[in-house]
Amino acid sequence: MSVQACPECAADVTFAAEPEMNSILECGECMGELEVVSVEPLIIAVAPEVEEDWGE
Amino acid sequence: MISIAIIGGAGYIGGELLRLLLGHPEAEVVAVSSTRLAGRRVDGDHPNLRGRTPLTYVEPGAVPEVDVMFFTGSGLDDVDGRAELRQRAKIVFDLSSDLRLGDPELFRFHYGREHPTPELLGTATPGLPELHREQLRVAELVSVPGCMATAATLALMPLARAGLIEPAVTVDGRVGSSGSGASAGEMNLHAERSGVLRLFAPLNHRHQAEISAFTGLEVKMTATGVDAVRGVQAVARTTAKPGTTEAAIRAAYRKAYADEPFVRVVAQKRGNYRLPEPKILLGSNYCEVGFAFDPDSGQLLAVGALDNLVKGGAGNAVQSLNIRMGWAEDTGLTFTGLHPM
Ligand SMILES: [Zn+2]
Repeated sequence: MSVQACPECAADVTFAAEPEMNSILECGECMGELEVVSVEPLIIAVAPEVEEDWGE
Repeated sequence: MISIAIIGGAGYIGGELLRLLLGHPEAEVVAVSSTRLAGRRVDGDHPNLRGRTPLTYVEPGAVPEVDVMFFTGSGLDDVDGRAELRQRAKIVFDLSSDLRLGDPELFRFHYGREHPTPELLGTATPGLPELHREQLRVAELVSVPGCMATAATLALMPLARAGLIEPAVTVDGRVGSSGSGASAGEMNLHAERSGVLRLFAPLNHRHQAEISAFTGLEVKMTATGVDAVRGVQAVARTTAKPGTTEAAIRAAYRKAYADEPFVRVVAQKRGNYRLPEPKILLGSNYCEVGFAFDPDSGQLLAVGALDNLVKGGAGNAVQSLNIRMGWAEDTGLTFTGLHPM
């Protein structure tokens, strides 16, 4: 279990399992989507915003 | 077990006090008074309590000596009767506006009359645990703040305490119809109330004095009645001091409420409920607070939401009682609200 600061709001984000590269998780405080961009060392970044496409 | 009397149990606040205290393992409600309904069953007036209590209303004069007494309505028109009742209890919680302000001049400005017992102003401990927990542990007279005052104060307090905002603040309070009580009147006819967005206090709503006293800010307040039965949302417009960052604002809220059992900080990036909204808090003792910030202009919006009858009234009183008696603070208050509803 490891803890990182949310890059959006600085709240503690806790990883329950071993973090995997590119896995997505949510910050419990700001509900921002975060992505694991490096495992060794562990780095999380705000995930790119996927725009919902309603115009197909 | 402690014995409890509710003076003025027939209104909405009285009903909520009864609902919470009937589910409280340490409290026994022994008397509920109503001048209008004396002799009638309390569950006739509060049908959600059917099967939960055999109590009937009594005249205030018939209320016995108790450990704790709750007043839901004003005693200003019968100060001798109120003083006599207070003698029958060791600890008193006043949910009316009688003792909320500390200054007779302010009272005259906001309530349009002289306070008949000005010597009592400033003697009650505010029933706002987040600001007055230590004083509540030993208080004998507690004055529970107004519902919109509680929502706005909890939204603004972290910013004021951290010195992040300029003192001038405007508060836009929105409140459901139960905030104006259970008495009938033309304004509460369905035909007149349904669908409203009524600016019933366009300037200087009386709760602004309470918010100013709690936060030290210069508060101006507007209040609007909206088409809901329960719920308060207070939107406070503030200006951040130069150099303020979103991280500092978040840190101020986090620090203020990290250990608070009933305040949740909500300022989210996604979802339907990104900022505090009373809808999901109804029936619960939670207050949610949050903010939105534009660093370019310094505009900083602080938002608070709660159920006006629970965290804005009866729930705050029971939380204060729990603190006063040394019980777990959430005793009898663990309902989490409903979704959807
Ligand atoms: Zn976050």
